[in-house]
Amino acid sequence: MFGDYSIGDLGSIFVMQGFAGLILFSVYVLMALGLAIIFGQMGVINMAHGEFMILGAYVTWMTSSFFQSYLPSLFSGYFFLAMILAFFASGALGMLVEWVLIRHLYKRPLDTLLATWGLSLMLQQAYRSIFGAREVGVELPQWMLGSLHVTDSIEVPINGVFVMGLTVLITIAVAYIMYKSRWGRQVRAVVQNRIMAGAVGINTAKVDRYTFALGCGIAGVAGSAFTMIGSTGPTSGQLYIVDTFLVVVFGGAASLLGTIASAFSISQTQSTLEFFTSGSMAKVMTLLAVVGILMLRPQGLFALKVRK
Amino acid sequence: MNDSRFATRSELIGILVLAALLVVVLPLCLDVFRLNLVAKYLTYAFVALGLVICWGYGGILSLGQGVFFGLGGYCMAMFLKLEASSVENTKIQSTPGIPDFMDWNQITALPFFWKPFHSLTFTIAAVILVPGIFALIIGAAMFKRRVGGTYFAIITQAVAAILTILIVGQQGYTGGINGMTDLRTLKGWDIRPDHAKIVLYFFEVGLLFACIFIAQFVRHSKLGRILVAMRDQEDRVRFSGYSVANFKIFAFCIAAVFAAIGGAMFALNVGFMSPSFVGIVPSIEMVIYTAVGGRLSILGAVYGTILVNFAKTSLSESFPELWLFGLGGLFIAVVLAFPNGLAGIWGDYIQPRISKLIGARKPKSGWTDNSVADGAPAE
Repeated sequence: MFGDYSIGDLGSIFVMQGFAGLILFSVYVLMALGLAIIFGQMGVINMAHGEFMILGAYVTWMTSSFFQSYLPSLFSGYFFLAMILAFFASGALGMLVEWVLIRHLYKRPLDTLLATWGLSLMLQQAYRSIFGAREVGVELPQWMLGSLHVTDSIEVPINGVFVMGLTVLITIAVAYIMYKSRWGRQVRAVVQNRIMAGAVGINTAKVDRYTFALGCGIAGVAGSAFTMIGSTGPTSGQLYIVDTFLVVVFGGAASLLGTIASAFSISQTQSTLEFFTSGSMAKVMTLLAVVGILMLRPQGLFALKVRK
Repeated sequence: MNDSRFATRSELIGILVLAALLVVVLPLCLDVFRLNLVAKYLTYAFVALGLVICWGYGGILSLGQGVFFGLGGYCMAMFLKLEASSVENTKIQSTPGIPDFMDWNQITALPFFWKPFHSLTFTIAAVILVPGIFALIIGAAMFKRRVGGTYFAIITQAVAAILTILIVGQQGYTGGINGMTDLRTLKGWDIRPDHAKIVLYFFEVGLLFACIFIAQFVRHSKLGRILVAMRDQEDRVRFSGYSVANFKIFAFCIAAVFAAIGGAMFALNVGFMSPSFVGIVPSIEMVIYTAVGGRLSILGAVYGTILVNFAKTSLSESFPELWLFGLGGLFIAVVLAFPNGLAGIWGDYIQPRISKLIGARKPKSGWTDNSVADGAPAE
């Protein structure tokens, strides 16, 4: 397997594969962050999470088309506006969904799974009716094209670096909101003991709604970042949803650090294996390993003790 | 002796009505094409039946029933494919006597795990045992460690994803995304003409009733009541000295075997098997059938499956855009408003009226099973 490559080549291959893994890692982290908030903190299985992400992607696509036709001079900066719009669009939809659907089902977590699956079917069809069945891709601004030459044999694409930087920023923001802000303290209080949290004057219903909206909003930002590295279709969200759930469960449902660690290990395993076997076998082996480890350690990598 | 009674009077009537519908009414009213469609729907009813036991009674939601449906179906399809790939039928291939997709993928000899599928006895055993043992392994690994609820659902879903990717990726051994097509004969008996379809339909209905009887038996036995008790108060059952894990494993295995029988019948009735019946989407759809029919009702699962599929076929033929909206909306409505599905509506609204009309003694129905204890009325 190593026969045809020199040591230097192998080093470059590992760096490049590692970098490909890092891009996958960014997508996983961005999707899993929202899901970790919704599933880990609230216990709601949101099967429509992928569709919230795709909503963000479509918002980004619309913004880029708008800038292209009406404000070509500002095109290089459209992405930042698109990201904010994506956050609010997905967050608003999330708030609506929580109000109409999810709040009736907090006592029946398995039923949230079924209901949000129904929601995801409807959203997919809505995207297909509105945006068409074909995948759309955004035009990247000039500064995001091309790649950085690190050494002679190592090249990294700029959009990948950008998405990774974005991931780091969003992760820090989420960590700050969850662990430092007053609102984050309320969320964690509700998770740890809902009745007591209510007793000390926290409006748990409101916290639930905003938590769900925040999770969906982050999914929207994830979708926005996703347009940088791939094209968007009505069913693109479906492709990632199972992987993302595995990332969250593998990391330990309520732990932000665990989510990041598991996203890193899963994406790196997969992209390194991809080089040595076919893509599908790499995926099968990675998923099998994750399921196997979960069978041995069901609470995931980093478990949080919660009073039920 | 009421404890082990097999069915209450109203349940028995329900079973007879279903039998009359499937054995007499539908074959008389429908042409062979439509009857074959019903046969296809009924293969999913096996899965839905298993889900009633596993999910409705046991409280274990498996989102990987497509795995067992697929395993059963592929076992059957491998036998049929081998029979269809006899040396005379495949003499134009570079290696005659192996399935066509292997030849297309430059495989020159039959892989070892295909060889036993020359035997029908082995195949029938495999249809039951392969999914059964697989479910046993998954169930033992999960339930012994007290993994349940949402985690179990997600992991079964991952298993479904793994199996689909594996089948699609290993094209030379499994037929890939196209699956196993062009299945022709069963022990020399052609399964494609109309009269064969009718024979297969009745055979399938017979098997379905066998499974309904098994499900009824489970429900009315002590086992069934322990399952329900476990679903509602797992710790108390454990404290009472029962091994909760073993009961869960049993419920999961029986659901897997039912699904596998459905899959095998699918391969026979429809004439092919492909990964599109294995993955996450079909697995969740099968849960939808159960939820719509009523997750606590054995007969409701059968009706739910037939109705949802009928609606799917007719709606997706005439309004392809509306179908997904309809299915999604139906699902949300069922979960939000009617958690007990059609059977719940029947038991709560329709049956009491009928009972009042004919002046029956018992106002509450038996077969909807809203009340857990109605299998053992205190007499």
